[in-house]
Amino acid sequence: MSPDFLTIHTDRGPLRLPVGSTLADAVGLLLQAAPDAATVATAVNGEFVARSARADHALHDGDTVLCFSPITGG
Amino acid sequence: MTSSHPTLAAAPTDPWRIGDTQLTSRFLLGTAGYPSPEVLRAAIEASGSQVLTLGLKRTLGTTGQDNGFVQIIRETARVQGAHLLPNTAGCRSAREAITLAHMARELLGTRWLKLEVVGDEQTLQPDPFELLEAARQLVKDGFEVLPYCTDDLVSAQRLVDAGCRILMPWAAPIGSGLGLLNPWALRTLRARLPGVTLVVDAGLGAPSHAAAAMELGFDAVLLNSAVSQSRDPVGMARAFRDAVQGGRQGWRAGLMPTSDVAIATTPVGGQPFVLP
Repeated sequence: MSPDFLTIHTDRGPLRLPVGSTLADAVGLLLQAAPDAATVATAVNGEFVARSARADHALHDGDTVLCFSPITGG
Repeated sequence: MTSSHPTLAAAPTDPWRIGDTQLTSRFLLGTAGYPSPEVLRAAIEASGSQVLTLGLKRTLGTTGQDNGFVQIIRETARVQGAHLLPNTAGCRSAREAITLAHMARELLGTRWLKLEVVGDEQTLQPDPFELLEAARQLVKDGFEVLPYCTDDLVSAQRLVDAGCRILMPWAAPIGSGLGLLNPWALRTLRARLPGVTLVVDAGLGAPSHAAAAMELGFDAVLLNSAVSQSRDPVGMARAFRDAVQGGRQGWRAGLMPTSDVAIATTPVGGQPFVLP
């Protein structure tokens, strides 16, 4: 791993980001590939991170970032 | 809450509550598996339901398009004055369910939650231990927790002790359509938890099943597949709406006592041609 970059795990596969990146940065990049998913909720390593906290949530190498959306359900 | 939907206006004045919200429809409807968004919309309207369930999925982890279902649910709910009830379907642990619950609250703007934690892959039976752990935490976090649970009385009591004001015991495994497999257990729940709102959730396959649940004194029913998998989901939604209302009215009117022997109805005073 380059000391200037970190790698996170996502549903799109590994994502390489500059050290110091936040969850907001990652979500912005991930949703570029799915523009219809305008509204998502997020979890880092299985823990909920509120939308309001994404910009302050620093990511670390090896973190898993997942985004969730509503679907039909019973 | 008000609604301009004609089927709701025709419902009997017999309200119940989820949290601080008063409801008149006792038919909670799931939104999955409908052949098209248009059929889903029509089924919701026909049901008169004021509570619609939704789930959450990984946005980027699954293929396929939503095809507008969620938008239809949101629009129809707004027009009909219905509330959204997100679930934690797919969760296998308290930790997963707690995380998903917080996501649902942020995404859908509701603190209502159908709490699901599955413990067996074949029956999709709720895990009573993980369910209780999740319920305790989520009540503390401010959720109105509606746990999908079994019909086990002691587990139900523990959920009430944890702060759940509404319980949703199964009638049968999810999607099975088998109806009320253990009426005795459901009757016992009703008798032993008189102050708790009880909703039969899962396993109902026919309108008569819903009527039977309501005749046991349950406060409402929640179902999905029986409507969405029928040949005519709109007609079936209407049939369940009427069955729920009929069952409720039967419960309120008081069912006659049962007897193992015949009791003559016509007061002829014995046999017509036999002297005493």
